[in-house]
Amino acid sequence: MTFKQMFTSSVGKKLIMGFTGIFLILFLIVHAGLNATIWANDGGLMFNKAGHFMGSNAVPRILEIGLFLGIFLHIYQGYLLTLENRTKRSVGYAVSYTKGSKWYSRSMAILGTLILLFLIAHIYHFWTPSRLGGIGNIKALGTVNHNGVELHNLYAEMDAVFTNPYIVILYVLACGSLAYHLAHGFQSAFKTIGVHNRRYHALISSIGYGFAILIPLIFALMPISFYFDWIK
Amino acid sequence: MSHKELNLKLKVWRQKNANTSGAFKTYELNGISEEMSFLEMLDVLNEKLITEGGEPVAFDHDCREGICGMCSLYIDGKPHGPWQANTTCQLHMRAFKDGDTITIEPWRANSFPIVKDLTVDRSAFDRIIQAGGYVSVNTGNAVDGNSLPIEKEKADEAFASAMCIGCGACVAACKNSSAMLFLSAKVSHLALLPQGAPERKSRVLNMVAQMDKEGFGSCTNTGACEAACPKEISIANIARLNKEYLGASLTSE
Amino acid sequence: MLNAKIPAGQLDDKWVDYKGHCKLVNPANKRKMEVIVVGTGLAGASAAASLGEMGYKVKAFCFQDSPRRAHSIAAQGGINAAKNYQNDGDSVFRLFYDTIKGGDYRAREANVHRLAEVSTNIIDQCVAQGVPFAREYGGLLSNRSFGGTQVQRTFYAAGQTGQQLLIGAYQALERQVALGNVQMFARHEMLDVVKVDGAAKGIIARNLVTGELERHFGYAVLLCTGGYGNVFYLSTNAMGSNVTAAWKAHKQGAYFANPCFTQIHPTCIPVSGDHQSKLTLMSESLRNDGRIWVPKAKGDTRKPNDIPEEERDYYLERRYPAFGNLVPRDVASRAAKERCDAGYGVGTSKQAVYLDYAAAIERYGKTEVSKKGLGNVSHDEIIALGKEVVKEKYGNLFDMYAKITGENPYEVPMRIYPAVHYTMGGLWVDYELQTTVPGLYALGEANFSDHGANRLGASALMQGLADGYFVIPYTLGNNLADEIYNAPIPTTHPAFEAAEKAVADRINTLKNINGKQSVESFHKRLGKIIWDKCGMARNAEGLKQAIAEVQALKKEFWSDVRIPGEINEFNPELDKANRVADFIELGELMCVDALNREESCGGHFREEYQTPDGEALRDDEKFMYVAAWEAKADHEWQLHKEELKYDVIKPSQRNYK
Repeated sequence: MTFKQMFTSSVGKKLIMGFTGIFLILFLIVHAGLNATIWANDGGLMFNKAGHFMGSNAVPRILEIGLFLGIFLHIYQGYLLTLENRTKRSVGYAVSYTKGSKWYSRSMAILGTLILLFLIAHIYHFWTPSRLGGIGNIKALGTVNHNGVELHNLYAEMDAVFTNPYIVILYVLACGSLAYHLAHGFQSAFKTIGVHNRRYHALISSIGYGFAILIPLIFALMPISFYFDWIK
Repeated sequence: MSHKELNLKLKVWRQKNANTSGAFKTYELNGISEEMSFLEMLDVLNEKLITEGGEPVAFDHDCREGICGMCSLYIDGKPHGPWQANTTCQLHMRAFKDGDTITIEPWRANSFPIVKDLTVDRSAFDRIIQAGGYVSVNTGNAVDGNSLPIEKEKADEAFASAMCIGCGACVAACKNSSAMLFLSAKVSHLALLPQGAPERKSRVLNMVAQMDKEGFGSCTNTGACEAACPKEISIANIARLNKEYLGASLTSE
Repeated sequence: MLNAKIPAGQLDDKWVDYKGHCKLVNPANKRKMEVIVVGTGLAGASAAASLGEMGYKVKAFCFQDSPRRAHSIAAQGGINAAKNYQNDGDSVFRLFYDTIKGGDYRAREANVHRLAEVSTNIIDQCVAQGVPFAREYGGLLSNRSFGGTQVQRTFYAAGQTGQQLLIGAYQALERQVALGNVQMFARHEMLDVVKVDGAAKGIIARNLVTGELERHFGYAVLLCTGGYGNVFYLSTNAMGSNVTAAWKAHKQGAYFANPCFTQIHPTCIPVSGDHQSKLTLMSESLRNDGRIWVPKAKGDTRKPNDIPEEERDYYLERRYPAFGNLVPRDVASRAAKERCDAGYGVGTSKQAVYLDYAAAIERYGKTEVSKKGLGNVSHDEIIALGKEVVKEKYGNLFDMYAKITGENPYEVPMRIYPAVHYTMGGLWVDYELQTTVPGLYALGEANFSDHGANRLGASALMQGLADGYFVIPYTLGNNLADEIYNAPIPTTHPAFEAAEKAVADRINTLKNINGKQSVESFHKRLGKIIWDKCGMARNAEGLKQAIAEVQALKKEFWSDVRIPGEINEFNPELDKANRVADFIELGELMCVDALNREESCGGHFREEYQTPDGEALRDDEKFMYVAAWEAKADHEWQLHKEELKYDVIKPSQRNYK
């Protein structure tokens, strides 16, 4: 069996979704952890230092490439699967079967699309100015000096972006989509990579629901905190 | 023990054969005893249609005791109707109320082409079994039945997977028309038993390949299959299948 | 006198000797030989798979959409085998003896002994295929006693042994399909046997999806098409189970043996109304713990739980103190009918008796209390504990009962009544399973050979698989060895042409009747005649009436049946019409046979022949033979007898008191 055969079978495609999904879940932990430093109430110093490390050290930069690849694969495969699966039932039901599954389990593509739209805005807000600032017309970030090192002032950028109530609402709604996407995706990913033991599966399910609430909540609190000036 | 009688409206999918398109037709049926089974209610409808010079509704059924897997029907938005862990033939009219409109559709999936009306062709399942759903042991090859002790827990689990009756409700319930619950039950049954061990890898790879060839969709773990399964086959089987597939595809040549 | 070709020698050497001396077909020749298998239940699937493995080119046919759906799947209880794993004194001889005695001394000794011999191989084969039999904690196979036997020899897979065994055989069959040794024709129905020079050389089959007629050649034709219980309309058989293949064979010269031997199973869910299409069996295992009773007062309309203990008649315990509720099926069924006929029946139809679990629940509850060392517990707690135990043992059956009746069997006694379940009669076959038409074989329930006048529980699965896996592979070769000199017959041969034309003509005739009554309504009327007059109890006068009524029904059918739809399309009504037409003819023969057999034995109870206390009275002097009927003309049969010789077992009256 070739790798191509392996990953292009119906189960193989799902394996790609599962593995990239778990990779993105891990990324979310890192992302949420680093961003939580905004609540250190030190005027964003720790946060800007973390941002600087992520942007200047080789290891996170290489991982960042992996991250983009992972996101791309997850999106590409997700759309491909959705489109393929749609072709499997040419004549639909007059009454659809909704009792056997959760609405969000059936709506992963829509939830994913909402997250993707958000992601574009999010990258535009923070990633491009930080990484590509000054290239062409791309706006550059302001800087702060810390012990002789110039740091991008991402903290100030957040503060600025989240003065717009529409953007805050957009971010909070996106976190909602992410929560439901994770509520299904977390445990589904583990099923897909083969965790079938009932004991472990029960454990993963509860962790998954916890994760799906906790991580989006942390993210949602960030724009809210800035908007209402809860942090100094 | 007085029996209630129901007056019903039936919206039934009628389609002459695989090459024509179909449509719903509405029938009124009065005086249906709630003691009847759902298929007996359809018998009454057919008897009425025949005596009125019409064409009876074609539907698959055989044992009418919930074990052969021949009956199908997607009733009011659920395969095998409103009761849990139940086949259409065991569904009784007690499940409905007087004045109800009942919508009856065939299993819908391109891999299950319609033969006529509510009857579909499920031979894809047979071909999936042909791809490897067996132990290659010829008659007369066997050693004594007790020469191979099998942990009771494992045997019970294999049995729970082997309970699949191959009705196709999982495919009908799945938004992707995936046959993963069926396939995983079959793979699990043999993967859990030592008799299945020698062909364990080739079995899962070949059966998945055949399933794809038949045009079923992929699984997205929504759980609709498990909820519709008349034999309550667990979705854990799908996870086990994924593990079997991952292991086999990584280690095969 | 018919010659069953039983090998000479000692009973336990016969099969060994036969296998040692039968002719063989060499592998190169097997590849050239086509064999037709009709039906894919346990007998058919196992035969097709085994013959495919041996190298024959097999064509297998079933009317269902998949071979896995055959009605063998519905068998609940288990499969017997003389393994003696439980060290409780079982042996091949004991299984043989029990089967002969259970069959009320109307089965052939040599066949039954062979069945008992190969029973052990069946279990091994099925285990090797991955059939998930119940196991003990040590990992070894579990056994239970079933149907009142004194040894534990029944292997089982929860309440669905038949389904698991059939899946095993089906998977073996699909493997041969994948290897190209078996060609599978699902949704095909055999509508005639094609004979060339007196021997079966093929079939005419109808593609049930397109309606086309097809010709198939085979050096031999194996009918594994099950029993004919649906002649009663209401039975525990599947809706599609039919006699058509066997009946066509009969019309082509195969003798039909003992058609009146039908088994009525005592524990089924009673009929609830005229709409009823089928009856559901509740496993016989329920009689292990349940107590069967009716009220002592005639026409008592009180609810069962309101009837005090002293006003209940536990009639099986009263009549058969030794076996009580565990008497064989035929005895239990007749006793229920006797009570209902006498006016003691219960339920709306008054055609039911109670199967009560109250005593068992209380008994199990008390055992639990002492097991768990609980001290002072209330009656309610005992009952709750007992219900738990009963639920664990019989939960699935109780659920099924609740679904069908809408009553809670944990609170209210279940209502049960006997229903047609199995047919011991069938095509007459010799020791090699060959019918009186050379090249035409019958296996499993379709033949008559192993169960005499009454079948014991857990023996049907055993017989189907024995015939398919372990008997036919030898006996078929013995006959085909001489066929290698004959070239295959092209299906353009005049015999095929004529057979196809006859089938087409019959279908056209049926379709063109354009009458007013549905097939189903005729089937219901036939069922009522046979059930009333050739059911659990028969008498000469009733049987004569039944024959006249069935003849009249046949006339009416052929002049007033209405078949909607077209011939060349998927048309279940047409399929059914073909089958019901054959059932009507068979119904007449059943009555003819029952009338001829002036004795009572096993499932055949003639009211004129009973002991003073109402038990079956055999007449070994006059009727120790197999009645094999040859079709002569419409309504005309000739009786041939096969004398039954008991060299080893001495027939005696069955006594369960």
